[in-house]
Amino acid sequence: MDRNRPAVRPGAGALRHGLLLVPLLFLAVFFFYPLLSILSVSLAPDGQLDLSGFAALITSAYYRDTFIFTLWQAVLSTLLTLGLALPGAYVFTRYSFTGRSTLLSLAILPFVLPTVVVAAAFTALIGPQGVLNTLVMGLLGLETPPIQLQHTLTIILIAHVFYNYPLALRMISGYWANRSPRIEEAARVLGCRGWRLWWEIRLPILRPIILAAAALVFIFTFTSFGVILILGGPRFATLEVEIFRQAISLFNLPMAAALSLVQIGAMLAMMAVYTRLQSQIAGELQAAQQIARPPHGFREKVLIAANVGLMILLLFLPLLALVERSLTVGVDGFTTRYYQLLTVNTRQSILFVPPIEAVGNSLLFAVVTMLLAVLLGLITATLLAQRESRLANWLDPLFMLPLATSAVTLGFGYIIALDEPPLNLRTSPLLIPIAHTLVAMPFVVRSVLPALRGIPPDLREAARTLGASPWQVWRQIDLPLIRRGLIVGATFAFTVSMGEFGASVFVVRPETPTMPVAIYRLLGQPGAANYGQALAMSTILMVVCAVSFMLIERLRGAGMGEF
Amino acid sequence: MKTRAVLLLLIVSLLALAPALAQDDSVTLTVITHDSFAASEDVLAAFEEDTGITVRILRSGDAGTMVNQAVLSRENPLGDVLYGVDNTFLTRALDADLFIPYESPLLENVPEEFILDPEHRVTPVDYGDVCLNYDAAYFEENDLPLPESLADLTDPIYDGLLVVENPATSSPGLAFLLVTVDQFGADEDEEDGYTYLDFWADLVENDVLVADDWSDAYFGQFSGSGGDGTRPLVVSYASSPPAEVYFAEEEPEAAPTGSITAPGTCFRQIEFVGILNGTEHLEAAQQFVDFMLSVEFQEDMPLQMFVFPVNPEAELPEVFATYAAIPEEPVTMDIAEIDAHREEWIQAWTETVLR
Repeated sequence: MDRNRPAVRPGAGALRHGLLLVPLLFLAVFFFYPLLSILSVSLAPDGQLDLSGFAALITSAYYRDTFIFTLWQAVLSTLLTLGLALPGAYVFTRYSFTGRSTLLSLAILPFVLPTVVVAAAFTALIGPQGVLNTLVMGLLGLETPPIQLQHTLTIILIAHVFYNYPLALRMISGYWANRSPRIEEAARVLGCRGWRLWWEIRLPILRPIILAAAALVFIFTFTSFGVILILGGPRFATLEVEIFRQAISLFNLPMAAALSLVQIGAMLAMMAVYTRLQSQIAGELQAAQQIARPPHGFREKVLIAANVGLMILLLFLPLLALVERSLTVGVDGFTTRYYQLLTVNTRQSILFVPPIEAVGNSLLFAVVTMLLAVLLGLITATLLAQRESRLANWLDPLFMLPLATSAVTLGFGYIIALDEPPLNLRTSPLLIPIAHTLVAMPFVVRSVLPALRGIPPDLREAARTLGASPWQVWRQIDLPLIRRGLIVGATFAFTVSMGEFGASVFVVRPETPTMPVAIYRLLGQPGAANYGQALAMSTILMVVCAVSFMLIERLRGAGMGEF
Repeated sequence: MKTRAVLLLLIVSLLALAPALAQDDSVTLTVITHDSFAASEDVLAAFEEDTGITVRILRSGDAGTMVNQAVLSRENPLGDVLYGVDNTFLTRALDADLFIPYESPLLENVPEEFILDPEHRVTPVDYGDVCLNYDAAYFEENDLPLPESLADLTDPIYDGLLVVENPATSSPGLAFLLVTVDQFGADEDEEDGYTYLDFWADLVENDVLVADDWSDAYFGQFSGSGGDGTRPLVVSYASSPPAEVYFAEEEPEAAPTGSITAPGTCFRQIEFVGILNGTEHLEAAQQFVDFMLSVEFQEDMPLQMFVFPVNPEAELPEVFATYAAIPEEPVTMDIAEIDAHREEWIQAWTETVLR
């Protein structure tokens, strides 16, 4: 055995380093090359550098205010999301109760819905003539609706929590379940209770995953687009919204490029802070074990009820409002007509999308995206987890960049960069899952990395000493410990594609319509029936996703404990 | 085992995508267009059968996104024909030298007013009027007169009733801004000194709501269609009322919405098709342009895209003839003037209305 080891290790090392080139190459070809192409065309259209965009940035109070608002709402959204998700994660990790895993699976649903549809759901609930206002007006005999949230910061924050709460909840609870409860038990025995238990024991234990979730939520809300545009209204603008206006309406590419760079710069600064905080952490994971137990006593039951109640109120009520609206005609007439109409091409139109085809296309893109993102994300996370390498600290933010890059900018980059064989992909359907994978990869990396870093090195060392091959070590030690994170990452990668995130909206698309595309088409023409059908299609999107999430959960395999 | 299954799944999925990549030998004409492009399957199929040309449709976002992509890729165009550039963005496309001139023989039927480019680099296909739409039931129940001019909208009786689109992000929003510029002028030194910005300030005073795109304004805020909106006046199209009837659950006795077509309240958008510079299928492209002007296609358009044909020989479908009002004196504006001031007007509007 000793004779074999020197022969195996260099070979395996080379293979491993070769593998690591794959995600880097992917990023180089499908991200950096298009991004640099569009930036150079924008900033030096005639070969001469035009920095007028930056000059305007510095001198204009408007852009300064836009930047401050972007930052401010992202910080608020992140704090709110984590503040609500942390107790939720506690409940879902510690207690077993009926419907727990179903709730956890379905919690991701908000993530796939187009903002226009979410806005419709919110209007149905808390709009001027929504359920809540009608109720309060009736109860208190008011003349005007008391809740006026349209186009306010409040509704932006609510929507951001709506979209991101599930992300934080899933990431944190997935990690927590793999943490040894022994430290906490010891602390309890020593008399540590209440706030001190949270502050001195739980939060430090969860710090890696809280930071990872915070980083994702922050970037997501920092680059928020649809929520700001539709729910916030035209008075609010993030950098992403301003980039869109500059690039599309005004075709002021130097300005759009300057703003894109500011956005990327801000994200890099945030990642630098994150990496610093992250690297100070030593974690220790152990294979999943049963730490959830049924609740005892009144207080624990109230705690569960409060968190589940919040989820229902925040996540599921708007979704139910959509389903209800898709089944209603007039004031309160029940109808399945919108669903029937979806399947009939009344006008023999080429615009028509058969629902089966939309579901098929969406699923195909989502599965390809998920597999690509998991494959590339796993390799990336493995590289980044080797803590001794300083390179990892430099590389980590690079893999987050696609999430922080404006979709318009990258979409335009594809148009000009991927136009020659062998990369003539501008009009290829392959570009769609590729664009989705760029956004999906960071989710896999962030979900898996904290777990990978938490694996005690001596565990792997011991396995190697006992003669395990690198593959066996990975299979027997790493995989079981990262499995939960991997499932969470894979689910979100799937969801990112289902919801059509990222640059795919801004590339030329051949006729492979997905469910969100069908929804946008229906909402693009006047007529009550089109609106009804758009809501019906949204409901189908939710159902398809819900079923898929449950199937992905099953991949977890037997013997992994319930979660 | 599981790894192998996953790899297999990846390969199978990639293979499933492959047929879409395959191309055959006959002439395939690639048409770049916006997301709203529509036609009847059989009308398009008849063209393909008659000519032996395969038409491939590529959609690229809204009209603005599409034009910008075309300008960016002008060295190596994405397709052979571009359809859907309108008069508010036309100069941007012409200045970038995107098109090869082609004078279709069918143009002789088309009224002069639609032919904006004397060099025929682009050919008009259809037009649509951006007009105020109203919720008929609301105005009847509240016994409110309909506004008859833009100035009427500043009357307190219409306080909080109007929703418009942001001209910086929406094409009808921009069209409506242009109407106000045309009606009230942009020059402070003229006559009464009341400019479009003063008008907008008065609208803000009257609690105008600005939505960022048409879908949100129409389905989210307007009370006359399928959504839960509360505002009975919206900036939409003169063709929206027939669409409401056409897409109604049951044919209604009267149209649920109407459009206001008084002189000086509507903006005429004209959509064009052009042959992209660099095409290898010039003849097929010219055939396609002729096809778009043909009576078959022109009669198909109204119920597909809710626009009006430029070919006067095309007959309107019944629902259009009954429910669509065509404004007698829509606002038109010189395309060079639009291009020269678009950014400045939008910027000034933003300062006045949103800040």
